[in-house]
Amino acid sequence: MSVKKIHKEQPETFKFSVKSMEAANKIVSNYPNGKQQSAVMALLYIAQRQNDNWIPLQAMKYIAKFLDMPYIKVYEVATFYSMYNLSPVGKYFFQICTTTPCMLRGAYNLVKVCKNKISEKENVLSNDGKISWMEVECLGACVNAPMMQVNDDYYEDLNDKKLEEIIETIYQNKIPKPGSYSGRINAEPVNNRKTLLGNKNA
Amino acid sequence: MLKDEDRIFQNLYNDSGADIESAKLRNDWNGTKEILEKGREWIINEVKSSELRGRGGAGFPTGLKWSFAPKEVGSRPHYLVINADESEPGTCKDRDILRFEPHKLIEGCLIASYAVNAHKCYIYIRGEYFNEGQKLQTAIDEAYKDNLIGKNALNSGWDLDIYIHYGAGAYICGEETALLESLEGKKGQPRLKPPFPALIGLYGCPTIINNVETVAAVPTILKRGAKWFSSLGRPKNTGTKIYCISGNVNNPCNVEEEMGIPLKELIETHAGGVIGGWDNLKAVIPGGSSMPMLPKEICDNMKMDFDACVENKTGLGTAGIVVINNDQDIIKCMARIARFYKHESCGQCTPCREGSGWMWRMLERMAAGEATPDEVDMLFDVTKQIEGHTICAFGEGSSWPVQGLIRHFKDEILERNKFDPVVKKQKDIPYLVDQHLLEKENA
Repeated sequence: MSVKKIHKEQPETFKFSVKSMEAANKIVSNYPNGKQQSAVMALLYIAQRQNDNWIPLQAMKYIAKFLDMPYIKVYEVATFYSMYNLSPVGKYFFQICTTTPCMLRGAYNLVKVCKNKISEKENVLSNDGKISWMEVECLGACVNAPMMQVNDDYYEDLNDKKLEEIIETIYQNKIPKPGSYSGRINAEPVNNRKTLLGNKNA
Repeated sequence: MLKDEDRIFQNLYNDSGADIESAKLRNDWNGTKEILEKGREWIINEVKSSELRGRGGAGFPTGLKWSFAPKEVGSRPHYLVINADESEPGTCKDRDILRFEPHKLIEGCLIASYAVNAHKCYIYIRGEYFNEGQKLQTAIDEAYKDNLIGKNALNSGWDLDIYIHYGAGAYICGEETALLESLEGKKGQPRLKPPFPALIGLYGCPTIINNVETVAAVPTILKRGAKWFSSLGRPKNTGTKIYCISGNVNNPCNVEEEMGIPLKELIETHAGGVIGGWDNLKAVIPGGSSMPMLPKEICDNMKMDFDACVENKTGLGTAGIVVINNDQDIIKCMARIARFYKHESCGQCTPCREGSGWMWRMLERMAAGEATPDEVDMLFDVTKQIEGHTICAFGEGSSWPVQGLIRHFKDEILERNKFDPVVKKQKDIPYLVDQHLLEKENA
């Protein structure tokens, strides 16, 4: 369970946009009749995308009505799962994995860079308001450690220099290329590949 | 080393593309209809005789699990659920299957759902794998377009719909009943078993839950025959497995190898060896963070399969191998894992909710050398109070790694932690209660 802070300034209303509504209806149709509650996770996610990457309380009430379920159940789900942001985050939301496999390969150096270059504290916006960062638990790319997630994309095989470059690129309004930063392809061993060579050379 | 043609996941490194055309070149969707025509009994028996064990951590025989589904569909429909909520630290195998071999998974879903009488299949992907999910969705759309799944899939008369359900960052949803709760739109808190999901699962209906790697391996097993699969490895530990080697090695990688390959060979051949050489090895976590670690002496001769790991008081788990060398602080590493479990405990059972925090705080103090020697035994006692006293296996998952640390590195903890709370020298501090013990004259 994660500690979640509800943002103090909440918008007065929330409504799905046309695009969100379309996506929401499609998701609801994936589940059997009468089991529309299953869609609550996906709908919260849609609301989060529509609302600059965070979920206001009004959105939870709206979704509760949309799915015909009690508001408290939506609130429960929104506070239980760690990917729902209940307070605003930066347009570029850096999530640094610091669980043991990443830690072994220097994830805390990346945290240091974030403290210097973005903001001293987690979940505080950078000076230009574009980036915020936080430490997260295992993101499931341990072979490519240390790594981080920025919005939807994974940035892998990082070190402090490469992370600094990524942050600079974003400050210059460009989007850095996701994927591995050590020049390797996906999860293959660098310069040491011994398997499936026939496929590689084909 | 396993021969290349015996590897199931030929596109593990995405040499040839994940789209349907490339997948067909790799023999996917070839002869699937013939397999379905051989019937349920044949499929389940073949999977049983291949001795395939679940690749998600527990290692339960897959054929046996499928045979638990009711033979006839009653008033309630059956469901197949694929567990792609891969969050165990050290493990990243399912991610590569989702993005590079999605058609093996979809083909496996068709066969598995036919075998267990399910017309609907939900694939539960962790929320962080958004891009991987999109790739899988593209593959599902391709399969619908070619009538490989959907109504009357492959003209076999079988209907199958596959839907993706994204999680939202909760490790506990990898536990099968928590996953079902999450699929139903609730908090991911595990259910009591029994009833087992095979009889009462998703929406109260019979549900079979399998890991991605298990299901994706099934089509190849049925095509090449159970005999081929069981000829690899040794009895009860057959076939191939994707190992994820991370941590202090020169070339961390995912690699598919035969079951029972020696740990040393795996690390030296594929991962380029331990940083600083084999002698610099301190410990290895063999199966994802919830399995107890092993010191170098055991790693020297250890084989990587389910039973060999159990003999050494650990487990194969998901085969996420985390290598730790002598440059690392082993207590600190374990404290970080304890923090992971404290963060991810769902909060349902008191021993786990409170105990995971205790273990974390004690280990942090031990890493800093601020604990008393007695506390090591106390910590062991705490792990024993958690283990076996919770609804799901998370209790074991959080306490086993700490037990592994104490079992193998107790001396190191004791050496660092010599703090003695009793005041030995007289200090002139009026509120220090222990002080009177030292005033011999008045004692």
